[in-house]
Amino acid sequence: MKNGLRILAAILLLGAVGFWTATGASRGWTKTSVPKKTLDEVTGIEGVTYEKKFVPGLDFLGAAAVGAGILAGASFLFRNKRTGNQPSTPVQPIHP
Amino acid sequence: MKTQLIPLLALTLLAGRAFAAPETFNFKDPKGVNNAVFKVDAPLEAVNGTANGISGTATFDPENPGATQGRIVVSSASLTVPNPMQKTHLQSPMWLDVAKCPEITFESKELKNVKTEGNVTTADAIGTFTLKGVSKELTIPLKLTYLKDRLGDRVPGMKGDLLVIRSNFSINRSDFNIQPHQMESKVSDEIDLTLSIAGAAPK
Repeated sequence: MKNGLRILAAILLLGAVGFWTATGASRGWTKTSVPKKTLDEVTGIEGVTYEKKFVPGLDFLGAAAVGAGILAGASFLFRNKRTGNQPSTPVQPIHP
Repeated sequence: MKTQLIPLLALTLLAGRAFAAPETFNFKDPKGVNNAVFKVDAPLEAVNGTANGISGTATFDPENPGATQGRIVVSSASLTVPNPMQKTHLQSPMWLDVAKCPEITFESKELKNVKTEGNVTTADAIGTFTLKGVSKELTIPLKLTYLKDRLGDRVPGMKGDLLVIRSNFSINRSDFNIQPHQMESKVSDEIDLTLSIAGAAPK
């Protein structure tokens, strides 16, 4: 369980960084739409329309880091798994 | 001969006056290109937003551009920013309160420093700017471009003229009761506004 949470935290963090990098590594806020400019040739006005597109920003990375931190922190709540060679209780000396 | 010339002269003068009469331009854009852009400085990156719910009218006389008057309306609900949380905050009662204050308007009273070169006029418009229910008198720079008989190029099948208005100016949100003097470290007090709109006067 302990290792599982740590692995999950690492996957979350690396996945978020990978996704953020793959989508352009935006150093601004996360966007769910992006402006698209169109030029009206008669008037010369640059119109702005929005296209739906998810662009993760630094707040997305921050949220992923917090999530990964919580998972990694939670892993410390679990004890280490005991190995089969170690006795569960100390061996008491046998007194004759 | 003289008696025939006088009515002819009068008609010519009347026709001349009719051609020089101010035209009324409607800024409800069927192509949806008209827009107002705002820019607010904030940590991480500046917040850029756009509003394209523009309407209003202006009277413009190509022979006397200095007499231009008009009222431009921006629908507050049409203000859009790319971040959904910022958009929700922007339209909420704490910021623009679009439910109670659905319109942002500028009503021009007079133009000063009018300079015309060809079909382009620049001037300073003195008028009333209303935002979130608060009205202030502002002087804003304008650039007017008169495009005679160009409406058909933009809207096929229609004849008429176009008037393009461009303006860049700044306001302080605290002047309009938008979170005055609060969160200035997160959202700057100064807001840069850019207006690019075209009005049509069909014939």
